[in-house]
Amino acid sequence: MPYRSSRASEPTASQSTASQSTASQSDGSRSDGSRPDGSPPGAPASGRAPQGTGSLISARGLVKTFGEFTAVDGIDVDVRPGEAFGFLGPNGAGKSSTMRMIGCVSPPTAGRLRILGMDPASQGPQIRARLGVVPQRDSLDEELTVEENIWVYGRYFGLPRSVVRRRATELLEFAQLSERAGSVVEPLSGGMKRRLTIARALVNEPSILLLDEPTTGLDPQARHVLWDRLFRLKREGVTLVLTTHYMDEAEQLCDRLVVMDHGRIVAQGSPRSLIEEHSTREVLELRFDADDHSRHLADVDGIAERVEVLPDRLLLYVADGEAAQGEVARRGVEPLSALVRRSTLEDVFLHLTGRTLVD
Amino acid sequence: MTRPGKVARSLATALPLPAGAGMARMLVERNYRSFRRSWTIIVSGFFEPVFYLFSMGVGIGALVGDVDAGGRTVPYAVFVAPALLAASAMNGAVFDSTTNVFFKLKYAKLYDSVLATPLGPRDVAVGEISWALLRGLVYSGAFLVVAALAGAVEGWEAVLAVPAASLIGWAFASVGMATTTYMRSWADFDYVQLAILPMFLFSATFYPLSTYPTALQWLVQATPLYHGVAMVRDLMLGQVGAGMLVHVAYLTAMGVVGTMWTGRRIERLLLR
Ligand SMILES: Nc1ncnc2c1ncn2[C@@H]1O[C@H](COP(=O)(O)OP(=O)(O)OP(=O)(O)O)[C@@H](O)[C@H]1O
Ligand SMILES: [Mg+2]
Repeated sequence: MPYRSSRASEPTASQSTASQSTASQSDGSRSDGSRPDGSPPGAPASGRAPQGTGSLISARGLVKTFGEFTAVDGIDVDVRPGEAFGFLGPNGAGKSSTMRMIGCVSPPTAGRLRILGMDPASQGPQIRARLGVVPQRDSLDEELTVEENIWVYGRYFGLPRSVVRRRATELLEFAQLSERAGSVVEPLSGGMKRRLTIARALVNEPSILLLDEPTTGLDPQARHVLWDRLFRLKREGVTLVLTTHYMDEAEQLCDRLVVMDHGRIVAQGSPRSLIEEHSTREVLELRFDADDHSRHLADVDGIAERVEVLPDRLLLYVADGEAAQGEVARRGVEPLSALVRRSTLEDVFLHLTGRTLVD
Repeated sequence: MTRPGKVARSLATALPLPAGAGMARMLVERNYRSFRRSWTIIVSGFFEPVFYLFSMGVGIGALVGDVDAGGRTVPYAVFVAPALLAASAMNGAVFDSTTNVFFKLKYAKLYDSVLATPLGPRDVAVGEISWALLRGLVYSGAFLVVAALAGAVEGWEAVLAVPAASLIGWAFASVGMATTTYMRSWADFDYVQLAILPMFLFSATFYPLSTYPTALQWLVQATPLYHGVAMVRDLMLGQVGAGMLVHVAYLTAMGVVGTMWTGRRIERLLLR
């Protein structure tokens, strides 16, 4: 009886990605996001977070290298109980590497890391028991049903079956997936999978919820549903740590954030203070009929505190956008279009790194 | 990195035991859940050795007549049944610990999410290996019943073949899973067959070891399945002796080494 080579579990094409084309329909139908009972069941009971003013997460000179390559280059971070803390940065900035170190699944190369007052090197299991992890890539168990995913995950935390079942019912309600409880995971939309991953991460009633790019790849409606769920968790006192490369997400969700680039922290603070500190109040965007917008730099000389040249437009950083626009017109400069808007974190990032956040 | 941290880390690395939370059974539970939905594959694992039993034991047995096994003369079916049982334990364990584990490791990324919970690499290793050997055990248990009904089992001692089969399952599942961590694609599984098939055919499975010239006997005796077959055969033919300890020691050592090795590999692959 030779070894059987029938590959019972060969991956199928449909396994590879969430069917995102259906995301808008399935999520859109309930985009109002409101339910009579909106309290997130994963919220920690009061007092579970350590007492006192200490940080839940504290990193000093944290470094992660892969061979010769330095992914995280000596960062200092403090996350306080109950806040929503963000890592904002472009692809490859080192956000996920940092999150994995915090999640105790990647040993730091150097530096000091304390999570919930414990050392990941020696107390990994105890720390992980109190974390909820939403990885960048959904890692749902596709061989199980929606509710089984939560049951089984809860069992990994050593929770009794009865507890796991009760929480699964509550969490599926919270994630708006109750009707899908018994169905398999694979055909769920991207937004549903993401919500299930979050629900699953809450089964152990974590003190800290780690979310690596919670809404990347989702359509706007699915994102808003997800944001709503995260707001509820935060209101219930769950400490959120998330990464994103969407500035609007960072502005919406984060109390405080650090901007990362090339493994370093280039700025930190609240979204508002970062904008105040590193940008002007308003931005005037000018588009010209030109391949190289730097040719028009002379036209706007002296109007703005600072000018950024992008491939398709000029950004004029000014206190008063209307006034600047008037000045441009008075000089007889005629752009194809002119737009006044408020400064965003994108502008902060552009200013700090000279690059745009999302390419 | 502080000095005490460094010391703790290097100590942990020096110790042979990969980190774990002693919750491997949760992974077994998970596999059971997922398995309930795909139980049909167990059917093939059951029928294969049964078919072999009838074609070899009954069919060829009619031509061969009785054979000499350790000083006793027994019908060929009685001689070959223990070997088929040992081999089915091996096959069940290897199938699960290679193909299924590879899928979970590379495609389903199951262990990435498992390791985000208190479970550690040791739990992953122990859990998967336990599951694989359980599966081998189901195959061999079912086979034993059929063999008994077919008259290929002589006495009640044969029940001892069940724990023996789980030892075989452990040995093969652990080394199988460790090997799987090195595989890059499905094509690499041909090497598994390359190792399993000759063992199945030549480990004194279908004829006694004495058939081989002395030099080849040594070679055969070095392979793990030989020890599995010999152990089960001794048990089922009621020839329990001190020689049995060698088989048990060999397979136990293989299981221990394979389990540690797997844990370390999971750690290296996933906890970077
Ligand atoms: N296991 C690894 N081995 C080698 N290099 C790695 C590994 N993990 C990450 N890197 C590298 O480290 C750098 C930072 O990766 P990381 O995933 O932390 O970035 P990120 O900020 O999460 O980016 P993204 O927005 O694309 O998710 C990247 O250049 C990446 O190629
Ligand atoms: Mg990332």
